[in-house]
Amino acid sequence: MSNILQVNNLTREFKSGSKLLTVVNNINFGIEEGTSCAIVGPSGSGKTTLLGLCAGLDRPNSGEVILRGVNLNPLSEDDRASVRNKHVGFVFQTFQLVPTLTAIENVMVPLELRGEGTKEVRIRAKELLEEVGLGDRTHHYPTQLSGGEQQRVAIARAFINEPKILFADEPTGNLDTETGEYIEKLIFDLNEKQQTTLVLVTHDLELADKCDRIIKIKNGYVDADILKTKTEVIS
Amino acid sequence: MNWSWVFKMAWRDSRSNRRKLFLYMAAIIVGVAAQVAITSFRVNLNSSINDQAKELLGADLEVERNSEFQPELVAYLDSISFDQSKMLAFTSMASFPKSGTTRLSQISAMDGGFPYYGVIETEPSIASETYLKEYGALVDQTILTQLELVPGDSVKIGFITYEISGAIIDVPGQSTASSFFGPRVIIPLVGVENTGLLERGSRLEHKMYVKYLEGIDPKVVEERLDAMNDVTDFRFDDVEERREEVGEAISQLSNFLNLIGFIALLLGGIGIASSIFVYIRQKINTVALLRCVGASSDQTMFIYLIQATAMGFVGAFIGALLGTLVQLYLPVLVQDFIPVDIELFISWGSVFTGLATGVVISLIFALFPLIAVRKISPLFTLRSAEINLSKLLSIPTRIILFGIIGIAITGYAWFMLNDLKAAIFFTIGFAFCLLLLAGFSVLVMKASRKFVPTGWSYEWRQGLANLYRPNNQTTTLLLTFGLGVTLISSLYLTQDMLLGTINFSGEDDLPNLALFDIQYDQNEGVNSIIEENGLEIMQNVPIVTMRLQSVKNIPLEEILADTSRNARRWALNREYRSTYRDSLIDTETLESGKYISSVENLNNHVPVSVSTDLMEDLDVALGDTIVWDVQGIPIPSYIASTRTVNWQTPQPNFFVVFPTGVLEPAPQFFATTVRTTSREASVSIQQQIVQAYPNVSAIDVGQIISTIREFLDKITFIIQFIGLFSIITGLIVLAGSAATSRFQRIREAVLLRTLGAKQNQVVKIQIIEYVLLGVMAALIGLTLSVGASALLGYFYFDIEFIPNFVILGTEVVILVLLVLIIGLLNTRGIHTKPPLEILRAEGL
Repeated sequence: MSNILQVNNLTREFKSGSKLLTVVNNINFGIEEGTSCAIVGPSGSGKTTLLGLCAGLDRPNSGEVILRGVNLNPLSEDDRASVRNKHVGFVFQTFQLVPTLTAIENVMVPLELRGEGTKEVRIRAKELLEEVGLGDRTHHYPTQLSGGEQQRVAIARAFINEPKILFADEPTGNLDTETGEYIEKLIFDLNEKQQTTLVLVTHDLELADKCDRIIKIKNGYVDADILKTKTEVIS
Repeated sequence: MNWSWVFKMAWRDSRSNRRKLFLYMAAIIVGVAAQVAITSFRVNLNSSINDQAKELLGADLEVERNSEFQPELVAYLDSISFDQSKMLAFTSMASFPKSGTTRLSQISAMDGGFPYYGVIETEPSIASETYLKEYGALVDQTILTQLELVPGDSVKIGFITYEISGAIIDVPGQSTASSFFGPRVIIPLVGVENTGLLERGSRLEHKMYVKYLEGIDPKVVEERLDAMNDVTDFRFDDVEERREEVGEAISQLSNFLNLIGFIALLLGGIGIASSIFVYIRQKINTVALLRCVGASSDQTMFIYLIQATAMGFVGAFIGALLGTLVQLYLPVLVQDFIPVDIELFISWGSVFTGLATGVVISLIFALFPLIAVRKISPLFTLRSAEINLSKLLSIPTRIILFGIIGIAITGYAWFMLNDLKAAIFFTIGFAFCLLLLAGFSVLVMKASRKFVPTGWSYEWRQGLANLYRPNNQTTTLLLTFGLGVTLISSLYLTQDMLLGTINFSGEDDLPNLALFDIQYDQNEGVNSIIEENGLEIMQNVPIVTMRLQSVKNIPLEEILADTSRNARRWALNREYRSTYRDSLIDTETLESGKYISSVENLNNHVPVSVSTDLMEDLDVALGDTIVWDVQGIPIPSYIASTRTVNWQTPQPNFFVVFPTGVLEPAPQFFATTVRTTSREASVSIQQQIVQAYPNVSAIDVGQIISTIREFLDKITFIIQFIGLFSIITGLIVLAGSAATSRFQRIREAVLLRTLGAKQNQVVKIQIIEYVLLGVMAALIGLTLSVGASALLGYFYFDIEFIPNFVILGTEVVILVLLVLIIGLLNTRGIHTKPPLEILRAEGL
């Protein structure tokens, strides 16, 4: 199977006063289509920065990110946005819903951006909200929803464009254990159903363990890259 | 680009923000209202002037001269008209026996016919026709009301007592303001000589109002009169010229008001820019998310650009409505100064211009934060960061944006003023003021960060720290409020400065009553009345009237006929009233030459002293010769000295002073100045003198000051009314900026209260912050206004400016209170409720 995401010699540095901090240091890996991969590591290890680079939200100082065969480096910001719109879904720790839009409108955004017909998009969004158990909350604003409900809306939004790859940044980090588990299940179920590749950044080793592969990051380097077999995961 | 999504998103995103958006809009409303009101009013006024052009003059042509018309002029006027109306105009004391008052008045003696266009409006209306037949008088309504007189009472002019036929309400071509400096009295021309005022020194103006015969071309008349005027000295005005003069005056006034109103609009623009900055700052996460899920930078920018445009449009629309209403009030403000009846109608052109200006101003000022939207990275979804939007813009982008704003402001000012240079100066001045204010706000923030004494109480340290912390209101407030204060305060201070220069009634060594036109045989009598009243004569000056016969040995006619001459016409043609004495007085300073006090040999040229301003206007130099025609007798002279004269004092001052020993035998009259002890003494002595010598005119300095004060009050009120728009905008912008920071303030207040702060501690911190802001804005605004007034005083009015600290102190108190009230209103309700309740209510 081919790699949907290929990271070659990726380095990202930040200036902090007069010092140069290397947050991601010459990282290489590839992720096969349809698999799930957890990026784990302690706080400040560079995992979120790595996720941002992989999703084309940031530019590296050196190295390259190839997403679905497209090198993101030479693309303009808008071209990368277009790549994300077509192939990428996001789930964030802080949910990142647009506070001024209702639940259903939040879910509709990625498809509406493509210019697809509102009616179909609305039907699809409603189906997804029902799938995540929020069929009766479609017209609620984010402030009227609990944290778990907000994250469910975010998951529905992430899957509406049937992404080839889903990036999730600590998706359960802001939730209690019970809600967190429910969200995990939702993500994995939808992932499986849509055959999406999942890239997950987490502190939670239990959650990471549910993925096919775990990349451990420490001080900007890949500390370990553990590839698990499907059977292992199931067991 | 997927426009339908952009519009949909703009609409959806605005839903829960509309209250906030309204505050942003409000900043533009007032400015647009001012623009629409003033430009509409100008259109109304110009149309009224065009419609009533002939009534501006009351005739086709007005000719006036300081003496009888020359036969050739009379002959020419006869050839172009059948309807002619003569008028003699002069100033004299009018005495009102019923109230026992005298007043220096503007007397017009008319022979009927005038006006040929429009009517003299009187109360009762029939009076404008009957006064001629009944030998009555028409008297200004204002003075009748003031003295509680009614038609049927009498007025005494010179030796004649007239019955008051009616009150003057309106005379074609005259504004109510023309009666400010002396009430108007109209009497019949027939019999005016019996007043005894015509021969006794009064300065007479002979006027002729003419209605052209049919087929007469005004341009031909103008050319012909111009040609005649080269050798004779008369003035004339025809309808076209009067319309141009009035139109010019009105366009200057409205241009000025327009600019002041435009400043309100620009302040609104700054308010919009700062509000949009705050708004976009709150939208950073949304923008980052949209970028994350695939929206392009243009799409995200357009979402907010559409909102800003819509907001600008709605604001401008409300402003245009409001402006149309204010327009109805403007005639009330200015009607005293306008010689036409203003017909009000909605000027759609002005409304659309106001709308367009409002939208454009809100857009160009919003461009800064909007363009920054393009630079918001999708990475902010992963890492929330405090970002400075303006720093997202590159320096070239910022320069381009400033360029656009500069060009737009200059363009609009140019469009309004029709003068590119003035428009550029306006923009530079405005930018300079803003730079000063912005610089000051940076200083304030740096200083408050650096110099917070650690020993100060927590509340003081917090209050002070609020001046520089993120989302502070320092720059916005200092810019908008500071500029508004500068504007309004400059007006107050300038008015005070002008009044200060004429307010010499309180100074003991200066006269406060001046008596003019005292005839040679009356001088002793007048002096003895003054002395009998126990008052001191400060000056008793002889005056001799004379005209120029030749200058530098060139006859006057030749100089007048020379089109390349540098000498001014008025200086050559005027009747000079000169005096003679042996020394200079307090109001004069010798500039060059030597003042020669007396002469004995009349065969030589007489050494005279000429004022420096007249030297320029006559185009003469020290030593040049002048031959004076002193009532038929030529007196050769040379300029022996030049003097600067302080004309702003109530003493009689002179262009030309002769030495003693020359003019004593010439027919002369006197001017006397007196220092009276009280207002009553002044009124009483005026009455006694006018009763005995009706031709003597009295200028009561106290009266003049109150008249000028009234006049300035009216003018400054108009300007302040428009200037008020800037202050209101400043307040709205402040309210808007306070409201946009409400979110953060509440969070802080709640946090402090959760941590155990008492209610009064939280309130105290806020009071300290807003008082400091108010004081800073007031101080910088007032400092700038003192600077502006001092510059005006130095360069324009030539007056040394001494700031009035009472005015300044009062302004500081009012401004600080205003800022404080708005600031505290912003956090109303959060001090009395439990923290959790507030958090829930505010959706935090």
